[in-house]
Amino acid sequence: MTEPTPVPLGKPVAPVERTVDGMIPAPGGLMDSTVEAGLEVTARSQWSYARRRFLRHRLAMLGLLGLIIIFGAGIFANYVAPYSYTEIDLNNILAPPTTVGHHFFGTDEIGRDYFSRVIWGIRTSEEVGVFVAFASSLMGLVIGAIAGYYGGWVDNILMRITDLVLTLPALAILLTAAALLGQGSQWRVSFILAFFFWTGLARVVRGVFLSLREKEYVEAAKAAGARDIRIMFRHILPNTLGPIIVNGTLAVAAAILTEAALSFLGFGIKPPTPSLGVLVAGGQTNPQQWWLTVFPGLTIVLIVLCVNFVGDGLRDALDPTQRRIRA
Amino acid sequence: MLTFIARRFLYSIPVLIVSTFLSFTFVSLAGNPVALLRNNPRIPANTIHNIIIQNHLNRSIPVRYAFWVRDVFTHKLGNSLATLQPIWPDIARTSGHTAQVVVTAELLAILLGVAVGIFSAIRQYSPFDYIFTAFSFLGYAMPTFWLALLLQIVFVDIYLKWNVRIFYTAGLNNPHHGTWSIDRLQHIALPVMTLSIISFALYSRYMRASMLDVINSDYVRTARAKGLPEWRVIMRHVFRNALIPIVTVAALNLGGLLGGAIVTETVFTLDGMGYYFVQKLQAGDLYAVMAYLLVTSVVIILFNLIADVVYGYLDPRIRYD
Repeated sequence: MTEPTPVPLGKPVAPVERTVDGMIPAPGGLMDSTVEAGLEVTARSQWSYARRRFLRHRLAMLGLLGLIIIFGAGIFANYVAPYSYTEIDLNNILAPPTTVGHHFFGTDEIGRDYFSRVIWGIRTSEEVGVFVAFASSLMGLVIGAIAGYYGGWVDNILMRITDLVLTLPALAILLTAAALLGQGSQWRVSFILAFFFWTGLARVVRGVFLSLREKEYVEAAKAAGARDIRIMFRHILPNTLGPIIVNGTLAVAAAILTEAALSFLGFGIKPPTPSLGVLVAGGQTNPQQWWLTVFPGLTIVLIVLCVNFVGDGLRDALDPTQRRIRA
Repeated sequence: MLTFIARRFLYSIPVLIVSTFLSFTFVSLAGNPVALLRNNPRIPANTIHNIIIQNHLNRSIPVRYAFWVRDVFTHKLGNSLATLQPIWPDIARTSGHTAQVVVTAELLAILLGVAVGIFSAIRQYSPFDYIFTAFSFLGYAMPTFWLALLLQIVFVDIYLKWNVRIFYTAGLNNPHHGTWSIDRLQHIALPVMTLSIISFALYSRYMRASMLDVINSDYVRTARAKGLPEWRVIMRHVFRNALIPIVTVAALNLGGLLGGAIVTETVFTLDGMGYYFVQKLQAGDLYAVMAYLLVTSVVIILFNLIADVVYGYLDPRIRYD
């Protein structure tokens, strides 16, 4: 990444003039006249460009807002939820959504408040999503970096494994793995998901490493006596941060969706731990009580939608070939 | 081309061996395969002992895997340990039903997805484009099982309220109706709808992106500069080239569709492979689960191979040698 040369000058007098596509004018042209006029040109790093592009991405901002609200409700579940997820209200069994007694999402067949259960379910889902995203990114990053940098048999084995994961009936394998290892605990389910999710990122990171290890600056670092670890993580890794962040964000959505499907089929998180998939499955036994199905499912849709918006915004923002700031 | 097919075919054999061995190990460790028989008071202990000996359950997992592979080839996937019945008739019956649902859904999704993708690309940023963009975002975010349940709720409600049976919400068909009857159609309509809505989101997005890629290429500008009418440019120059990547997407989506079939068939209690798999997995029926994994893996690998061959045929820039 090339940092634009800082141009230290006096106080800003007027906003910097920009060319049509939003780029700061190149030095030598317009710049000189602004320098003479005593205008300041703030130097911006790539990250500040990315931040500005992200902040101006309307859908991404909308998604971020939605995520803050939904995940915030999950994090502070004990303050937000009017009831605990096991509390039974015998006066309101299978009550439709109502403000009476704060049963906003109605109650289930033994009188548990569904709004509270959904809020606690969000907490479970976000824990799974975030854990899987971090764990799988870390695995994908390390494995992809090693495979891309060293090549050879390490690379060969990695590519065969990713091929394997790609050509298998994914959900069936996950179900089988969950039936053996993951039943019940959300952390076990998360481990299984992370174990299947790292391959996508590993491929991307490998690709970047494969092309960048031939660059002059890597050669220069080698000539200067830098060790492999330093070159990999200090010199090449920063170039892969964009795809890693985007991939990690989208992995949150994919993990939440997959966890919900596993739990729905009865191979993921088990009651009493509230999970959105388990809640939807609970709705299946009472098809007449539509609220038992609609609200937890709608929550999943909203979370995934928001995460995908943020992911798309990040993808647009972190693409270094794109300097344009979206209006 | 032939050497390419042969190479790909040979290459997928170790993939299959490794993947089946791993899942075999997984499932074998998952639980005691004769636990179900032990629970049955009518089966005496020495019968169970004989079953253990006959099925080599006292041997190590690699040995059992070898015996399983032999059974797959010589004995049509072998017998179930939980029911002691042959697995093949179940697989043959359920896979037909799943194929009917999945193929119908896939065709519907491709047809609609391609059509919508074309119009979205031609009229980029029009209200039509925005509506379907929003729709496909929703399709990406929608859990399959939730969509299936919503459809089920709606049609159960319609039936209970007005006593009109548009689509059935469970089962495969009523007695005395066959594979190609209106009755069957009424039964599989909702599973097909569920699967095709999810896949439609995917295809329409890919088709739109692929169309836009081609529309902005040089040879399309040339075609326009020659003065060809716009519909002809779109149909002859853009559409045909934009369709090529869809082949790969469709093949890769097959795995997702089979996963979706697991969920959808379970919701609609449809006698397909997915529902069979879930039931057998719950019962811990080792060899039935393995049969499902083997058959679906083979189908997915086969379709990926076909997609690669078709891709090479459609796109003359790609040569396999």
